[in-house]
Amino acid sequence: MKHTLSVLVENDFGVLSRVAALFSGRGFNIDSLSVAPTNDEGISRITLVTSGDEQVLEQISKQLNKLIDVIKVIDFTDGSGVEREMALVKVTAEDESRAEVLRIVDIFRAKIIDVTQKSYTIEATGNPTKIDAILDLLRPLGLKELVRTGAVAIGRGAKAWSKDS
Amino acid sequence: MKMNGARILLECLKKEGVDLIFGYPGGTVINIYDELHSFKAIRHILPRHEQAGVHAADGYARATGRVGVALATSGPGATNTVTGIATAYMDSTPMVIITGQVPTHLIGNDAFQEVDIVGITRQCTKHNFLVKDVNDLALILKKAFYIARSGRPGPVLVDIPKDVQIAMAEFHYPESIEIRSYKPTLEGHPKQIERAVDMILEAKKPVFYVGGGVVLGEASAELTTLARLLNVPVTTTLMGLGAFPETDPNALRMLGMHGTYYANMAMTHTDVLVAIGARFDDRVTGKLATFAPHAKIIHIDVDPTSIKKNVRVDLPIVGMVKGVLERMIKVANKKSAAVEALKEAIKPWHEEISGWKEKHPLTYKQTSSTIKPQYVIEKLRELSDADAIVSTDVGQHQMWTAQFFGFTTPRTILTSGGLGTMGFGLPAAMGAQAAFPERQVITICGDGGIQMNIQEMATLVQNRLPVKIVILNNNFLGMVRQWQELFFDKRYSSTCMELPIDYNKLAEAYGANGFRATNVDEVEDVIKKAFATPGPVIMEFMVAREEKVLPMVPAGASLNEMVLNA
Repeated sequence: MKHTLSVLVENDFGVLSRVAALFSGRGFNIDSLSVAPTNDEGISRITLVTSGDEQVLEQISKQLNKLIDVIKVIDFTDGSGVEREMALVKVTAEDESRAEVLRIVDIFRAKIIDVTQKSYTIEATGNPTKIDAILDLLRPLGLKELVRTGAVAIGRGAKAWSKDS
Repeated sequence: MKMNGARILLECLKKEGVDLIFGYPGGTVINIYDELHSFKAIRHILPRHEQAGVHAADGYARATGRVGVALATSGPGATNTVTGIATAYMDSTPMVIITGQVPTHLIGNDAFQEVDIVGITRQCTKHNFLVKDVNDLALILKKAFYIARSGRPGPVLVDIPKDVQIAMAEFHYPESIEIRSYKPTLEGHPKQIERAVDMILEAKKPVFYVGGGVVLGEASAELTTLARLLNVPVTTTLMGLGAFPETDPNALRMLGMHGTYYANMAMTHTDVLVAIGARFDDRVTGKLATFAPHAKIIHIDVDPTSIKKNVRVDLPIVGMVKGVLERMIKVANKKSAAVEALKEAIKPWHEEISGWKEKHPLTYKQTSSTIKPQYVIEKLRELSDADAIVSTDVGQHQMWTAQFFGFTTPRTILTSGGLGTMGFGLPAAMGAQAAFPERQVITICGDGGIQMNIQEMATLVQNRLPVKIVILNNNFLGMVRQWQELFFDKRYSSTCMELPIDYNKLAEAYGANGFRATNVDEVEDVIKKAFATPGPVIMEFMVAREEKVLPMVPAGASLNEMVLNA
């Protein structure tokens, strides 16, 4: 089962490598990983999508917490979070397919961010399953290049995570 | 007062109560050595190899319970520490390892004697640091010692570039430290503890399964009190030896691959298994699917990742074992009627265990004049001081020591349990002897492992560390040979040492003494002579070459599928 974890870490040198090494060293999966600083400049937030059974997920969470630089691990799998991902997609767009690509972009509320006579580059954001869906539609039209950010997630509701909470 | 980074390091060590370090000089630590030259508060011992220096600091830490400190230069000095660090990490020894690093402006340039030791040791340290600014040095060292000794202890490496050692800064050592991202759970949950006691009180066949956590957590007295209060049998892991006196009627001694028949049978039949500071290692559990099949499992450990890692747990308690056991004793004392009922209810269990003990005690046959290794271990116990510290190397002799020495006090057995590091025994004994110059320190080795750090003979002689070195010589890498005999049709691929070594001469070459016994009648004499001889002594025993460690649970088999005679 897929799990989306937010890992709040000290913004120190080598932290990402500690997290990545933990996953490779213990044979855990990483489906995607994204990392950037937060509103507190001393803290970075890693969003990690991983998979495994309940026991594996419990170990992943505990092992992450055991890393000295990890401040907090939040598991959003229970639907307590909102997830978004962005994809940049370069697709072939010639003759009749140009219109079809535009229709798909419109339906998914995506954007064309670069255009040539032979191609469109599309920016799509949304839930990772939405990104999968647009890609499924674009693929037969000639998907030339794809970049995904990996999911980022934040908790629902008014309550926010802070280092003092 | 302003001082250079090298001096700040030494002042920090002094503040932490460090009185002894094991270190090896080199280009990127030369400034530290220059400061050490006139720094009287810290004794420095020069091993002959950085790996041995780390093992010695490890032995010091295991014997004393204090943080062991080792120092090495950058590059090869640093990489030589890695086996020692990994050994300490697997057995949770509190240690701080200081390495020199090339100057900060050269880092990443493939400079002379540069390695990314922080990168290399990330996976075998509890934590590590690269110090980039001399103003951070004192705080980092404070953190390093705090992390090393708190919660589940472990080694912490601090990499200090040469320019940081030279740079000047004000020295302020923080009195206390708080790390927001590191807050180990130290106190067990009171409700869980109460439930655990109730679960034990309702048991018919309870067992305490005790690991190194009880030794590390200084909880041996509490464990013994609780076990005696409830009259519950106790089995220990290799790392748990000494946590519970093996002379106690409730001692089941060691369990697992080379554990006793009765300990393994008790594990197979128990209905309430209480794991205390143990981590269900594969050498302990055997086949997981058939491990303790009838048991409800209570697991007490300070490290939450140990819980439910390998086996299901019915009742987890995260906290320092000492506090948890103290509380369990208090709870049990309030339920004296239930305790009496338990004692009555588990009488048949004790009878069952007695039956197993009678049926298959730990045994060997000393029938001819050829020395049986187990006999040497028993004689060593008999002739050594009651408070002697014993270190071992890794292999058959290690298991025989675990089986036949009969440890009764914590921190008297120093052995590489988790990593199984050959070459550990001699330097670990060196560290223990340096900590306790007046106590008898014995290292028991095989003829394989002793060669892996034999150069430390020089350190022993130079520093007047009178370690008594026992070599059980079967001219084989015995444990691998045993596997080859049992599972590979006696194809002794590269396990015969072939070249005999004259250990008496070798001892002499280092300025020490050596004695050899080839006949069973000589064993006692050699031990007595060695114990009476000042300074380090090698005792070489030519033992039965193809003696096996038994019983044995073959790798991947269930605990009740022991090979008893082979």
